Amino acid sequence: MAFNLNVNGEQKTFDVDEDMPLLWVIRDVAGLTGTKFGCGLAQCGACTVHVDGVPTRSCQMQVSDAEGTTITTIEGVSGKVAETVQKVWADLDVPQCGYCQSGQVMAAVALLSETPKPTDEDINDALSGNLCRCATYQRIRAGIHEAAKRLEA
Amino acid sequence: MLNKMIPELNPEKIETSRRGFLLGASAVAGGLMVGLRPAPVSAAAGKAAEAANPLTGYIHISPDNSVTILSSQFDMGQGPYHGLATLVVEELGADWAQIDVKGAAGNTKLYGNIMWGGAVQGTGGSTSMATSFDRYRQAGATAREMLIAAAADTWGVEASQITVSSGKLSDSAGNTASFGDMAAKAASMPLPENVKLKDAAEWTQIGNEQLRRFDSAAKANGTHDFTIDVKLDGMLTAVVAHPPKFGAKVKSFDATEAMKVRGVTDVVEIPRGVAVVGEHMWAAIKGREALTIKWDEAEAETRGSAEIMADYKSKAGDKQQATARTEGDTEAALASAAKVIEATYEFPYLAHAAMEPLNAVARKNADGTLEVWGGHQIPDVYQGISAKIAGVKPEQVTMHVLKTGGGFGRRAVGDGDVVAEAVSVAKAIDYRAPVKVQWTREDDMRGGRYRPAYVHSFKAGLDKDNKLVAWHNHIVGQSIVSGTPFAGLIKDGVDKTSVEGASNIPYGIANINVGLTTTDVKVPVLWWRAVGSTHTAYAVESFLDEVIAEIGADPYAYRMELLKDHPRHAAVLKLAADKAGWSTPAPEGRFRGLAVHESFSSVVAHIAEVSMENGSPVVHKVTVAVDCGTAINPDTIKAQMEGGTGFGLGSILAEELTLVNGEVEQGNYDSYTPLRIDAMPHVEVHIVPSTNKPTGVGEPGVPSIGPAVANAIAAAGGRRIRVLPMSKSMGT
Repeated sequence: MAFNLNVNGEQKTFDVDEDMPLLWVIRDVAGLTGTKFGCGLAQCGACTVHVDGVPTRSCQMQVSDAEGTTITTIEGVSGKVAETVQKVWADLDVPQCGYCQSGQVMAAVALLSETPKPTDEDINDALSGNLCRCATYQRIRAGIHEAAKRLEA
Repeated sequence: MLNKMIPELNPEKIETSRRGFLLGASAVAGGLMVGLRPAPVSAAAGKAAEAANPLTGYIHISPDNSVTILSSQFDMGQGPYHGLATLVVEELGADWAQIDVKGAAGNTKLYGNIMWGGAVQGTGGSTSMATSFDRYRQAGATAREMLIAAAADTWGVEASQITVSSGKLSDSAGNTASFGDMAAKAASMPLPENVKLKDAAEWTQIGNEQLRRFDSAAKANGTHDFTIDVKLDGMLTAVVAHPPKFGAKVKSFDATEAMKVRGVTDVVEIPRGVAVVGEHMWAAIKGREALTIKWDEAEAETRGSAEIMADYKSKAGDKQQATARTEGDTEAALASAAKVIEATYEFPYLAHAAMEPLNAVARKNADGTLEVWGGHQIPDVYQGISAKIAGVKPEQVTMHVLKTGGGFGRRAVGDGDVVAEAVSVAKAIDYRAPVKVQWTREDDMRGGRYRPAYVHSFKAGLDKDNKLVAWHNHIVGQSIVSGTPFAGLIKDGVDKTSVEGASNIPYGIANINVGLTTTDVKVPVLWWRAVGSTHTAYAVESFLDEVIAEIGADPYAYRMELLKDHPRHAAVLKLAADKAGWSTPAPEGRFRGLAVHESFSSVVAHIAEVSMENGSPVVHKVTVAVDCGTAINPDTIKAQMEGGTGFGLGSILAEELTLVNGEVEQGNYDSYTPLRIDAMPHVEVHIVPSTNKPTGVGEPGVPSIGPAVANAIAAAGGRRIRVLPMSKSMGT
C-alpha cells in the first residue's frame, strides 16, 4: 500500500505494508538512520521522533497511523531549542556511545518546548522512558538545566 | 579483561613486540603516513603494499590538511578515539578541527595490544590508554619532526627555527604552511631517530580539564554512524532464529509461510540457526514470525537458574576444586579463632543489554575478497573466523571496525557469534548481495554470553582480641574462558577472571585462602564490564563490612588499618572519605557506606549516601575517588566514573537474567531493567594526581558502587543484602 507521510517538511510516498512501524519506514525506506532501533517495544526511547510536536516512540506507531501527521526526526529537528540542546550536549560532553542520544535529544527538545524551566521531577517524568545503558543521566539532567538557562538568557 | 593473559595465544608475535616497535613513514595517498618501519629487505614491496592499503599506520596527514588517526582501539562509548587523538594532537601540534579517528585492523604488528604482549589486536581490560600512551605519542612526534624537516628544507632554515602550533608551521621570517602543504614532502624526508617526547610540564592537551570529546556533536545530531546504519548497494537485512535452549540445534524447518511475507527474499539454514533474509528489517522480522522450526534439544541445557543456583550453593559448602591464593594456615586459624563469621552471597546471570543490538555486515567482492563491518572488539580473531567460513585467506578479509552503541564486553566473543552469522548468511545466499545481520532486542537478551552467576561463601576468623586473622572465600561459578580460544589462560584449575578482585585483596590479614570451584553449565557466558570484579568487589567489600561491624569498628578506619601496606589503595579511600565528609554525620535520614576496589590496575573508592524509602534504598549522592595513573582526559575519566557508577548501581538494584527449563525468561527492557534517569544519583568524581603510566577507566568505575550501597543500607539499620539483585529481597 502507498502511504503519504510528511517527514521533516517533505511530503513523500512510501509503498509498504500498513503494519510496518514508522521506525522502519524512516530508517530502512526513507534512509534516515539518525533514529535508532533499541527495543521495538517502546521500552527504551532510542526511536523517539516528534509526531505533530509530541515525542513518540516510532517503533510502536504503524505507518498507516502516521498519515496526515507531521513527523520530525533528529535530522529535521530545528529551531532555537533544538540548536541549544545540541550545542549544550557537545559542550557538556553528554554522550558516551551516543546510540540513545538522538532519542534523548528529541525528548529533551520536546520537554523544553513545553516546559521552559523544568524541575528535576519534570526531567524524570519526561525522560524516564529514554534508556541510556552508558548511564549518562547526570549529564543529560545537567544538559537540560543548562539549555533552559541559555534559552532564558 | 584479557590483561596479561592473552600472550599465551601467539608467542611468536610477542617476541616481535618485545623487541619494541620501530616507527616508519611513507607516502600514502599523496600525504604522510607514520606507521611501522618496513623490514629493509622488503622495503619496496612493503611500500607498494602500503600504498594500496591506507590502513597501514597510526597517523595519515593528507594534502587536504586533514589528519586521520588510525585507531587500534575500539570505541564502544568509553572514549579511546578521543584519548588516542589527545595523545597525537599533543605531540603533533595539530588543530582539533583537522582531526578524525578511524578504526583500523588487519595488521597485528601495528595494532596488537601491547598490554597483551602485542599478540592480538583487541580492546579490553581497560587497556586502551596503556597500550597507546607511548605508541601514539611517538607517532605524533615523528610526524611533527618530518613536517618540520620538510618546512626547513623548503624555506632554507634550520629545523630549530620552526615552530608548530595548532596545525601551522612557521618561522621567524614569516613563512607559514599548513600540515597539508608539507605532507607530501614530509613523506620523503629522512626518518628522525630518537624523537623526543614532550615533558609532562609542557603538556597542553593531556590532562586538560577543558578539553571536550571531538565526536560529541555528531552524537547529538544523529549523524554519527553505527553498524546498524551501514548502507551498501543492494544490501539485504537478515534476522536469525536461534534455538530457544542453549546447545540445541535445528532439526528441520518449514519456510513456506515465511517466504510469502512481502519483502522476504531467502530463508537459509546457517550453523547457528535459521536466517530470514529480506529487503529491510521489518520484512525479516515478519518472515521469522511466520517460520516454523523443529529443534533438536538432545544436547541442550535444560536446567533453570534456580536449579543452577541451588547446585552452586551446595557446592559452595563442599571442598573447593582449586586454590587461587593461600597465605598462612587459614584452616587452622579458623579452627582456633575466638569467633567465626560466615556468610554466603549470590549473584545472578546478567545481560550486557547494550543499546545497539548485535549486528554485522558482510560482503564478498568480485575479486574474491571479503569485507566485514561491525563493532569488532577483537578484529584479528574475527578476521580468522570470517576467512574460515568464506574459505578465503585471512589477508583477503578486511575488517571495518565501527564505533558501536555500547558493548560492555559483549563484542569480544571467541566464536564471533554475530560476525560469523553475517558471513554465514552471505555465503548461504551465494554472496549475491551484501548482508546485514541485525539482532532484535529479544535476540540480544536471549542470545547468551552473560555475566556468569556465582556464589561466594565466606568464613572470617577473629582472635581473642577481636582482630581479623583468617579469611576464607570460596567462589563457585562458570569459567568465562573455558572452551574458548582463551582457555589457555586457566592455570592450575583457576580461571583468573573468576577470582580477580577476590584473590588479590589488598588487606593485611595473616591467613588468607581463596578457592574456586568451576561449574559445568551450557549457558554461554562472557566478560561483562569489570568481569570478575562485578561480583568479587560486592562480595568482599560487603562481607568485610559485616566483619568490621562484628568487631565494632569504623568501616573506614578499620580498612585504613588493613591497608597499611597498600598506600595507593589507602590514598584513594582517604580522598573519597575526605571529599564525602566521612568524619561528619550524614544529612538527616541518610546513611553512608563505602567500598574500595582495584581492577584493571586502577583503584577506585565509592562512598554512597542512601536513605530508605518504603523499604527500598534511594541513592542520593555518590563520591568517587580514582587513581588511574596519568589522567589523559580528566573529563572522560569523570564520565566513565559517572557512567560506571550508574551501570554498576543498576545491576545491583534490579538486573537479573533468569532461566526456566533452560530458556531465558527476559526478552526486553520491560523485564530486564537497567537504571533509568530517575534512579541516577549525583556522582562527584575526584582524580588522584599521578605521574604514573595511565591505567584503565572503562571498567573500574563499576565494581565498588554496589557494596558501597549495600554497606549504606546496613548502616541504615537495614539488612545485609546477600542475594542480588536487591529488588528481589527488598521493597514493599
